[in-house]
Amino acid sequence: MNPKAKTVTQNNTGEEVSAEKEARDRQETLKILKSFGRKRENLIPILQKVQARLGYLPREAMMEIATHLGIPEIDVYGVVTFYNQFRLNPPGKHSIRVCLGTACHMKGGYITLDAWKRRLDINQGETTPDREFDLDTVACVGCCTMAPVTVVDNQPEGKVEPTKVDGILLAFELERGAEGQKTVR
Amino acid sequence: MKVDESPTIASLFEEIKSQADSHWQELFDSGQPVIVVGTATCGRAAGALDVLKAIRDELERQGVDCPVFEAGCLGHCYAEPLVIIGKPGYPPICYGYVNPVIAERLVKEFVVGDNPCLEFVLGALEANDLVPSFADFPRATYEKKIVLRNCGHIDPTDINHYIANGGYVTLSKALQMSPEEIITEIKDSGLKGRGGAGFSTGQKWEICRNTPGRPKYAICNADEGDPGAFMDRAILESDPHSVIEGLIITAYAVGVRNGYIYVRAEYPLAVERVRIALRQAKKLNLLGRRILGSDFSFDIRLFEGSGAFVCGEETALIASLEGKAGMPRHRPPYPPTSGLYGKPTVVNNVKTLASVPQILTNGAAWFASIGTEKSKGTAVFALAGKIVNTGLVEVPMGTTLRQVIFDVGSGIPNGKRFKAVQIGGPSGGCLPESALDLPIDFDSLTEAGAMMGSGGMVVLDEDDCMVEIARYFLEFTQRESCGKCTFCRLGTKQMLALLSDITLGEGTQADIDILKALARDVKTGSLCSLGKTAPNPVLTTLRYFEGEYQAHITEGRCPALMCQHLIAYYILPNKCERSCDACVGTCTVEAISPNKKRIKVIDQEKCVKCNTCLMACPPQYNAIVKLSPPSEVPAAEK
Repeated sequence: MNPKAKTVTQNNTGEEVSAEKEARDRQETLKILKSFGRKRENLIPILQKVQARLGYLPREAMMEIATHLGIPEIDVYGVVTFYNQFRLNPPGKHSIRVCLGTACHMKGGYITLDAWKRRLDINQGETTPDREFDLDTVACVGCCTMAPVTVVDNQPEGKVEPTKVDGILLAFELERGAEGQKTVR
Repeated sequence: MKVDESPTIASLFEEIKSQADSHWQELFDSGQPVIVVGTATCGRAAGALDVLKAIRDELERQGVDCPVFEAGCLGHCYAEPLVIIGKPGYPPICYGYVNPVIAERLVKEFVVGDNPCLEFVLGALEANDLVPSFADFPRATYEKKIVLRNCGHIDPTDINHYIANGGYVTLSKALQMSPEEIITEIKDSGLKGRGGAGFSTGQKWEICRNTPGRPKYAICNADEGDPGAFMDRAILESDPHSVIEGLIITAYAVGVRNGYIYVRAEYPLAVERVRIALRQAKKLNLLGRRILGSDFSFDIRLFEGSGAFVCGEETALIASLEGKAGMPRHRPPYPPTSGLYGKPTVVNNVKTLASVPQILTNGAAWFASIGTEKSKGTAVFALAGKIVNTGLVEVPMGTTLRQVIFDVGSGIPNGKRFKAVQIGGPSGGCLPESALDLPIDFDSLTEAGAMMGSGGMVVLDEDDCMVEIARYFLEFTQRESCGKCTFCRLGTKQMLALLSDITLGEGTQADIDILKALARDVKTGSLCSLGKTAPNPVLTTLRYFEGEYQAHITEGRCPALMCQHLIAYYILPNKCERSCDACVGTCTVEAISPNKKRIKVIDQEKCVKCNTCLMACPPQYNAIVKLSPPSEVPAAEK
């Protein structure tokens, strides 16, 4: 019914989730739940906190939350899929959020999004196979004066045109190269 | 309030105030220059944090210990990052377009040395003989800052700055007034809700106060979801206490003990600054139990939204607070009679609340004297898009669109022609040049087919396709429709499909009639404003720019050269300079190569139409053009 409904798959990269990871997610969720009461009004704050800790909302976490609040699991899932902020698959190491507000769109935000898709070779809502980047869009981050904007790792970057996309990726590559060298040496 | 308690409130506040004043005065008494960096989100996107770091580093290298603090948004977002340096003996000077290199120079030459670096000056904050001040800017004639008065001047993370600049004085006075007096004052001022609908704030409070039922709730709606609008973000990031003070006064007037500030999750910095502000207000007992020794207690909880546009609608916002999916419900009953958990609830917008302390301080008559007969006070606009001076402006109601766009915003950049202004986000509309002399108020904009909305103003020039912008908004509302009402859920989807066809050059004449019919159905068949206003962008563009729709449909041509399927990039052989390779190097997909004569040619198969080459081509050659329809490209090169 909801046009935004995401797929039910646990892991969009098709990896099998190990039993240890499941148990760990469950433990982390239970730890967070301790600080919250059992009122339904806590649902969204709980989900936000769990996602902040785990990066996404695995099935185990949603089940634990439902038990804690004494509500059907489908209610938790319904809320998770209703709001754009919640994700059902693990994020990449770096998050790329292309702003598609009015000003960004009119100044070529859609071209920027195309550039990210082309360079990362993924679609919006997906994570690269090496889990380095995940790409998504955001309705508007309110930096309309700096359009087109891309939020890279929670840091808004202004005037991101296709050439700047390449620049940002190059910076990450250099960083990774430097880290790689360190570990080798 | 009992009479014998009044002196306690006043004296308790006096103590807080004198501490804040001395704290604020210390900044200037040190004899050192004071440096202020604007680090609201717009500043950060332009690199303000790097500038801040560069300043701190350079100060350390120079061994100077002077106060540096972060402020919010001055409104001159086009010139971000902004740095204000107040040096004794000089007026406070604001520098624009600062980068780390300029920042270092400013420290070396002005803070340490005595050269005010006039080449980087944007304007002074006070009139003086040395540099032009902001008051000399043409826009100053029109601006009147009530809600934005502190933005960019104070540290939003330090409550003392707010108090020293007149903050919370009104609260201390309000607590000595009767709630009825406050409500009358607000009613007399003519303040209308700034969230878009424009309902009388005083009346809303009165209804909520007079409705039996406890507890009551007060909510600040900071779920500013309109793409292209950022006024609430800027206010919360720059002056959060003004909103909190407004909410406390609201609660006192209405008789509420619990309040919420609902901020959207896309504004992490606003969330952080509100959180800090709430903590500080609580610490000084301006919030919490028995505020300033009175018998009024009030607590505010910060609630982060989770990214759903529809939650800006008050009943959806309430559902979201209750931990449910944010779906609107039928009104009436309106929240003042039955809101959160079915209890009387007053929901006010950020700008409404920020106006409240000012109205009580200066009086209802003062506020009512600003603006037009039916719309009082000021309107805050976020100027963005194809306009020279992007940023935040606050003008009295009744100012014309032309004044805001051409006098305050300095018009359209790059010598382009103005085409339309999009007001009110997805619920608003696109107004053409002929509507520019409309005074801005709640009624005249609605009449023209747009609406006041929350205040986003995106200016469009001749390069912007009106069909595409209608499609863009429909895509947005279609995605954000909660799915409850059939017409909104399916109607917007159909409208989007039709508009997409037109932008792809696959539209037919019949589509226009179907669009109009669907627009009517969606408007009448939807519960909340999202659906009721979703067709507005389509209807206004059809009303004012039907010719563009026709060009797409009959000729497969996009007059604005924007719709990607209907354009092609082409290098004019007679203009291309043989020795220049600028486009070849920048092409992101290696679609450009030189031919035998070293004239560059675009491989149309490979071209992704990213516009990079057009920007890279040096202006003295200007050899790259967009053609529409794509069949205009000479056959030899296809």
